[in-house]
Formats: sequence, structure tokens, C-alpha cells
Amino acid sequence: MDVVSQLQKQFIDFSSSLYREGYVDDQFSQLHKLQDESSPDFVVEVASLFFDDAEKLINSMARALEQPCVDFKQVDSHVHQLKGSSSSIGALRVKNVCIAFRSFCDAQNREGCMRCLQQVSHEYTMLKSKLQTLFRMEQQILAAGGSVPLE
Amino acid sequence: MGTKIGYTFIQSNRAWLPKALVLWIMGMAFISMSIYRGMDEENKIRRKEVLGSMCDQRARMLQDQFNVTVNHVHALTILVSTFHYFKNPSALDQDTFAEYTTRTAFERPLLSGVAYAPRVVDAQREQFERQHGMTITTMKSEPSPIRDEYAPVMFYQEPMSHVKSLDMMSGEEDRENILRARATGKAVLTRPFRLLGSHHLGVVLTFPVYKSKLPPRSTVEERIKATAGYIGGPFDVESLVENLLGQLAGNQAILVNVYDMTNASDPLIIYHQKASTPWTALTTAFFLFVIGLLVGYILYGAAIHIVKVEDDFHKMQELKVRAEAADVAKSQFLATVSHEIRTPMNGILGMLALLLDTDLSSTQRDYAQTAQICGKALIALINEVLDRAKIEARKLELEAVLFNLRAILDDVLSLFSEKSRNKGIELAVFVSDKVPEFVLGDPGRFRQIITNLVGNSVKFTERGHIFVKVHLAERTMVKTDAKDETLLNGGTEEGVCRSGTGQFNTLSGLEAADGRNSWDKFKHLIDAEGFQSNASIINMMASNGGSEDVTLMVCVEDTGIGIPLSAQERVFMPFMQADSSTSRHYGGTGIGLSISKCLVELMRGQISFVSRPQVGSTFSFTAVFGKCKEYVFEDIKQSKSEDLPPGFKGLKAVVVDEKPVRAAVTQYHLNRLGIMVKMSSSIKDASSTAKNGLTSSEDKFQPDIILVEKDCWISGEDSGFNAQLLDWKPNGHVFKLPKLILLATNISKDECDKAKAGGFADTVIMKPLRASMIAACLQQVLSTENKRQAGRGVPNGSSFHQGLLRGKKILVVDDNGVNRMVAAGALKKFGATVECAASAKAALDKLQSPHCFDACFMDIQMPEMDGFEATRRIRQMESKANEQMMNGGSSVDGTAKRDELHLPILAMTADVIHATFDECLKCGMDGYVSKPFEEENLYRELAKFFKSKPLSAFIKMRQGPGAFELVILGLKLIERFSWNQSLSLPQEPHSWVRVPLLGLD
Repeated sequence: MDVVSQLQKQFIDFSSSLYREGYVDDQFSQLHKLQDESSPDFVVEVASLFFDDAEKLINSMARALEQPCVDFKQVDSHVHQLKGSSSSIGALRVKNVCIAFRSFCDAQNREGCMRCLQQVSHEYTMLKSKLQTLFRMEQQILAAGGSVPLE
Repeated sequence: MGTKIGYTFIQSNRAWLPKALVLWIMGMAFISMSIYRGMDEENKIRRKEVLGSMCDQRARMLQDQFNVTVNHVHALTILVSTFHYFKNPSALDQDTFAEYTTRTAFERPLLSGVAYAPRVVDAQREQFERQHGMTITTMKSEPSPIRDEYAPVMFYQEPMSHVKSLDMMSGEEDRENILRARATGKAVLTRPFRLLGSHHLGVVLTFPVYKSKLPPRSTVEERIKATAGYIGGPFDVESLVENLLGQLAGNQAILVNVYDMTNASDPLIIYHQKASTPWTALTTAFFLFVIGLLVGYILYGAAIHIVKVEDDFHKMQELKVRAEAADVAKSQFLATVSHEIRTPMNGILGMLALLLDTDLSSTQRDYAQTAQICGKALIALINEVLDRAKIEARKLELEAVLFNLRAILDDVLSLFSEKSRNKGIELAVFVSDKVPEFVLGDPGRFRQIITNLVGNSVKFTERGHIFVKVHLAERTMVKTDAKDETLLNGGTEEGVCRSGTGQFNTLSGLEAADGRNSWDKFKHLIDAEGFQSNASIINMMASNGGSEDVTLMVCVEDTGIGIPLSAQERVFMPFMQADSSTSRHYGGTGIGLSISKCLVELMRGQISFVSRPQVGSTFSFTAVFGKCKEYVFEDIKQSKSEDLPPGFKGLKAVVVDEKPVRAAVTQYHLNRLGIMVKMSSSIKDASSTAKNGLTSSEDKFQPDIILVEKDCWISGEDSGFNAQLLDWKPNGHVFKLPKLILLATNISKDECDKAKAGGFADTVIMKPLRASMIAACLQQVLSTENKRQAGRGVPNGSSFHQGLLRGKKILVVDDNGVNRMVAAGALKKFGATVECAASAKAALDKLQSPHCFDACFMDIQMPEMDGFEATRRIRQMESKANEQMMNGGSSVDGTAKRDELHLPILAMTADVIHATFDECLKCGMDGYVSKPFEEENLYRELAKFFKSKPLSAFIKMRQGPGAFELVILGLKLIERFSWNQSLSLPQEPHSWVRVPLLGLD
């Protein structure tokens, strides 16, 4: 039991640090509320969908920005997609970068876009690793026979 | 002139104006000229007539004078023959003749003189010359050559002296005349010729003088023989005519020319006088011309002016259009900018919230908190500006949904309860019983107005109370009598101040600005209500049933700093506060009241206020709401008024409060819970009532609860309330002791302890009172275990949400997979079966009728086809299908399908701005939920939609009041029987209506 409670404590610390550092926001907790017996892996499913989605989008953004003549509309629609899904999942930082990204797209500022692209992919990888850690911890707790604490 | 026509006649012919002026002037000149001519002509004709008659007159005169003259000359011949020839020696000599003729000259007015020339034959010439001592000369004053006979002038009138001894026979005209005269024996005239001596034209008259008396029928020879001489005289025609005609022409403008027409080919001018100019005609014509000129110029000036005014008008119109465009642009700008600001502001606020969660030093925390407060204030301000802009752009439309007025007021109160408690202000709401529980209107905007007013009051009030009162407007109209009017805005205070202690009968005992809210009036209100609700509910229903609307009067009364008289008229102007120091001291922008005013006006009401500096302000407004019919109530009550648990019905309570207004407020809240209330002004009264209730028969009032106001308790403490309570307790009959509850605005720790010690162990209810809060407290106190209620009362657990969409099939359309998944998850949470579509096209395929979806959630921004377009297409499909159903008679299955296909479509959007919402409604959507989904938010939207959908749907399509009621009735019936009991309704609407009628009893 000691292990479980320790794991649980770790988990709470970690997840609250995620909130605190702005990786995720309230929406993420809303997501957790949607998870129940009928769909026990809801959050993980959504998150992995988000990761796949985001990866694809970032790649296509990068491709689009490498073109000699950049189709900013195309980029903007990708960013919009990413913004939509990140706000749905509650990925606050990614979303904020996306907002800035879109304004650069509007201004057709290639430099800014490139910078934002880097930031987005950076934030994305950070988030991915953090969330994966979080999920791993969840798994550990469950494996140890405990229940995942709700924050 | 309409804006469409643009240019008037004058305007379009402006180039012709100077030409028209010139033409006019020429025309006038012509007209005046012709008038002059006409007048002149007329004058001439008239003058001719006058002249003609004058001439006739003169001619007659001349004739007469001529006759007289001739007669007298004849008499002279007789004289000469008598005294010169018949007398011997002659009695006549030159002197006598001259004397006589001069003195008788008046007898010959036409003759300038007379002379006598004897007949001298050549044989007697020498004798004659010798005898008279003169030489006969010719007219040219030369000695006369020898002729047969001579006629030298012998006697002459004085002016004719130049003819003395002239031989008359030597002049051609005279000689002929003499010969003719002697032959005829009558007066003879020459033709006009230049007279000797004067160079005037003249005619010479000649008369023969005979030596002997001639027989009456003498022959020419006898006459020639008897001729002794001749008397002659010249008529000076010119002076004669001048004499005659001088006065004739004297005063008339006549040009006189007299001609001798004897020789017609060469008229001889004998008289000439210049005509005077015809001044009258000339001046008349001239003035006419001048007048015409002036009129023309005036017309021209007027036309020029009209042209100028019209030009200005067009210019102004253009400017107006531009100004309006600018105004619209401004509003749009405001709306856009506000929206744009909101997005980053949300980020800032979120970050600040996150920042506050981190480890901060106290200073940092303070800074961050300040920043957050400011940010929130900024967001609030932006929202207000947005509202204002929307109102100005006339884009604000009010909803018409049924809402519970009392619940909204409670909500507003709870918003401010914290603040008012901190300040120690009493905050209370009272809604008259006559106000219907549900009204049709815009709850959000109504709440906004109330929030504004109450917020202002809270802001500006440091002590006393804030009292919100709602009643029917018609009632107060009657109640407002003349006395009240004098009290308004700083009238005499005597009317208000009733009790000797200087206490006012208001909520807190402090004076209020508007005397109408004092207990006097208030009591009337409540009494009247009590009376009416008992006696004539049916009457009331009947009388009110006719009107669709109900006008509510809402008063917000405070005892704050009031509004300075000088600033009172500016209160409703945007961005105006009483004075600039106010904003520094109390904050705020002053936009709230102007928005409230606009909103009230949109609700067809009026807002006004009464304020006295340092006393307080009372804002009151009226608003017109739609009335909801009785039948509808119950339906909605079930769905909407869940928040008040009905478990307290039939309980009895005593309210101990010395202030009647406050007691009435408490009573109002308790009444809402179904608790019967008795009021008493002191604890003593209360306890005696309670005791009576206990001791005597059952129909007496036996309280279950006693609510005591804190003021009362403190004042009653000394009189030994505890002892009374103790008195009370041992009474044997009691099954259940009344629970004691203390009501307090703010209470200190000490007081709290004291209260507990003093018997109020049960509970303390903190004001402001709200029905739901009282209910919660009572529940706690009475520990009425009502699990069912507890569960329903607080809709918090997700178990409650589950049922909402159970069995409903919902389509989620979003191109973003993550969004789709989250949305689906959230909807599944409410028990729905969810299907997803990744694009609008796929959604359209799935929605080909017949489909089995109950609702659709549609993302707005999608590639290829956006949500608006997709919705439009869905609606098209539906209307087509509806038409087919209409045409094709009753549908095949004819069961639970409604006549009209209408799939509820809700937009999912990240935009929070209302414009997007309007756009949603425009393209046929039914509502919207904001992304990302929040459970509560989503639930609220869904609940609004799925619970009251049939009602709102029918309210939207209501055409006549009667039909509306019947439809509602019908719906209720259908619900009651439920469809599976195979209640088949005929298809035609007419007989459809009859079914519910049958069910009325």
C-alpha cells in the first residue's frame, strides 16, 4: 500500500505541475471527467489521437513552409486544426503558440512562422513526453492495484 | 422632396436661370411698352374727341365773330357813304374816321384794322392828289404808274397808317377783290397771302361803298357805276388762330398744326404748337416695368436660393450617409476590436491565474492579484463596450424565452451578497405575488439591468440597505398620489419621517430618497395583494387573460451617497459619472446605466430615478414582458423551478422583526417555499402567539420555526428572552419545539457565540435572503430527510446529467479528429448515442432523410464546406422533404413522426461573440455551444434545448393566442397519454384542435 500511495502522491505532484506550468488547462481535467467505466481509456485514446494528428499537422506545416513560395493559407488551416485539437484536449501551451502562429500567418511573416513552428514542435514534444509520463504513472498505479486519484 | 427624386425642376434647370431672368425682363419691357402705347392711344382718341368738339365750338364762334365783323364793316360802308358822300361838304375826315373806327374796334374782333379807299379814275387823279395833298403810290411805295383807276387809301384806322395813300388796286389780290366786291356789292375775301407790313398770313375783306342808293335788284353795271370807294380790312389769320386755339391747347398735351388746305398738295402751316409729353402713361409704364424687374429679380433670387438650399441639402444628405456609415464602422470597429482584445485577454487572465498558483512572494502575489483584478475589470468593460456598440448598431435583439424572474433576482442577489455583507449593508429583494412566476422575455438582459443597478447601489452605499422591489406597474400607477410627488427629489421630509425616534419605515430604518417605498405604500401593496389573491383570483385571471403582456415595475432603492442635483440629468449619458472624482473614488466607467437605459427601452419600458444627495437613490424602471398562460406554467414548473424543494409546504413560521418592510421580505421568501408566515414585532408577541398556539385548539397557529431578526434579538435580549424561552420549553403539550433561527446581515464571532448560547443553537441565516438558501438552511435545521429532494435540488452529480440525452442519437460533425472525439465523449456522458462525421459532405450523406438522428452538432470552420453552408443544405433538404410529405398526403408510417421535419442543429464554435451566434441563427441553426466543451456549459445548452424544446418551438410559431393555448393543451394531453397508447390524432389542424378541448374537463 505504501508503494501505491507514494505513486499516487507522485502522480498528483506531477499532474499539478503540468497544470501549473501551463502544459494543460482545465479542459484536460474536463476530459478526465468524461472518462468512466464505459470508456476507461478515453483520455489516453484522445491523447494518442491528438499526438498522431499533431505530428501530421506539424510535418505538413514544415513542408509547406519549406516551399519556395509559401502558401500561408494552407499553413494557417493546418495551424487552425492544431489549435482546435489542442484546445479540445486542453494543451494550453500548444494552443497559445498556435494563436501567435496564426497571427504570423495572417501577416505572411515567414520568419515568425518558422519560429512558431519550432516552438510548436518543441511544445508538442514536451507535452507528449510529459503526458506519456503521466499515463505511464497511471498505468503503474493501476498495476500496483491502486486507483488513479482525481485532482 | 424625396431622396429618390434627387433633383427638383429648378435644380435640374439651373443653367437656364439667368436666361430666364433676361427673358423675363425683356418680356416686362415689352409689356410695359405696349401698355404705354395702349394708354397713349386711348388718350389720343379721347383728346381727338375733345378737340373735335372744341374745334366745332370755336368754328361756330369764329363764324359768329366773322359775321359780326362783316356786318360792322358793312355798317362802316353805310357810314362812309352817308357822311362822306351824301353830306356836302363831307362830314368825315381822317381823324373822325380813325377815332370812330378805333372806338368801335371791339365790334370787329377779327379785323386788325380797317381802311377806306375811294375810287379814283385816272382823269380825276390829279385833282384828287391835289385836293388831298398826297401822291398815289403802289404797294411798293412808288408813285403809281398811270392806270384806269386807282384806289388810294384815304381813311384808315390807326394801326393801318402804313397803308395811307397806297393804291389798293396795285396789289394783285386786292385788285381782284375790289373788282369782285364792286361787281357783287357784297363782302368779298381774298385768299390768304402775306399781308403788307406784318409778315403774317392774312385775308383781306373788302366792301364796296356806293355813291347812291342802289335799287335792290341792280345790275353789275349799275353797281360799278355807283361805286364810290371800298372799305377793307385784313384778317390776320395767324394771330386769329392763336387767339382762338391758344386756350384750347393751353392745358392739353396737343401738338397743334393748322393747315390751309386750299391747295391740297401743299398744305400750308398756319399754326403750330408743341404737344406736351404724356407723363401719366409714361410713369405708369415705367413703374410697371420697374415692378416687373423687381419681381423677376426676386423670383430669380428665390430660385437661386432654392438651388443653393437644395445643393446644401444634398450635401448634407451625403454627409449624413457618411456619418452613419462612420457610426456603423465605429460600432463594427468597437465590436471587432473588443473581440480581438478578448482573446489575448483571456490568455493573460489564464496566465495570471496560473502565476498565482505558483510559489510567489507576498508582494509578487499582490501584484499578480492586482493584475488579475484589473484584467477582469477590463474584460467586463470590454463586454460593456461591446454591448453598447451593439445597441448603437441596433444589432441587439432581445430573446423571448420563459424565465423565472424570482430566480434571476435571487441570482443577482447572491452575486452581491459577499460585498454587501462585507460592507454591512442590508440587501433584500421583494417580488409582489401578483407578478407571474414565469414571464416571456430576455432573462440575460433583465439580469444585466438588475445587476447594473444593484451593482451601482452596492458601490455607492456604505450603510443602510439596498432594496429591490418588483411589482406590477399598473398597481403603482394607482397608488401614486399627489402627496408622493412633493416628496420627490428633495421635497419635505415630514411625510417620510413617521416615528418619533427619527427612524424611517424603510428596510434598514434609514431614510430613502423615494418616499414611495416607505412602509405606508408598501403595506398597501401587500394588503391589496392579500385581498385580491384571496377574493378575486378568478376575476383577475379573467381580466388579465385578455392582455398578452405584463408590465413590471422594478425599483432598486439604496441609501447611498445619492446623485448630486447638478449631475442628475447626465446620469444616463454614456461614460458620464456624477463627477470625475466619483470614478476615482469608486471606479467604474459610467457606461452601465446608459446600457441599462437602452435595454429598458428595448423592453418597451422606461427608466427613471429619484435621488437625494446623502440620502440615497431609487432607480425604478418598467419593462414589458410577455405573459405566459396558466397551462404552460405547470409544464415549465416541472422543468425549470426545480431549485426550490417543495418539502416545506404547510410549515408555519413566525417572523420576529420590528421593521415591517424587512419582515415582508422575509415573508416573501418563506412564502415562496410554501411556508405560512405570521409576523410579530417583538419576541414577546411571538412567544405569546406560540404559546397560544400550543395551549389552545389546533386551528390556532402553531409555528414550526421562529425566525428572529438580529436587531430584535439584541434589543430583546435584555428583556429576558431566554427566560421566556425557558418558560416555553417545559410546556407538556409540545411534540416539537419550534426551531429558532437568527437572521443577520453580518455577525461577529462574539455575537455568534452569544446567539448560540442564547438559544439559537439551530442556525444563523446570513442575509441577503434567498429562497434557495433559506431552503438549504431549513433543510439542515429541520433535518427533513428528503433524499430525493437533495438529489434533485442540487444538480451536480453526473448521474443527473445522464438522463438528459438518453436514447437520443446525435451526429457530431467536425473535421478535427480530436475535437470530434472529445465532443463525442462529452455527449456520450449525457447518455447519447453518438455518430461522427469528418466533413460536412459526410454529414449530409448521413442526414439524407429518412434518418434517425435527434440532433446534430456542427463545427463551423471546416474546409471545403463550412458549417453554415452545411446547415443551409440540411434545411433545404428538410423543406423539400416536408413539401413532399404535404403533397403526398399522410406519411406511410404516420406514427410518432412530427409533421415538420426539423433537425436541431447546434453550432460548435470557439467564437464567443454574439455576431457568430446571429449568423448561426440566420442560416437555420438552433443554438450553439462554445468550444472547448465544458460539461456544465454543454449541459446548460442541451437542457435549454431538449427539455423545453416543444414549448419553445411552439412559442416561436405562435400565431394567435387561442391557437397557442390549444396547441399547448394538446401537447400536454399527448404527453399524458403518451404515444404508445395509440391515441391517433387526425391530421387536419382544425380537428386537431378539438381533441384537447375534449380533454379540458
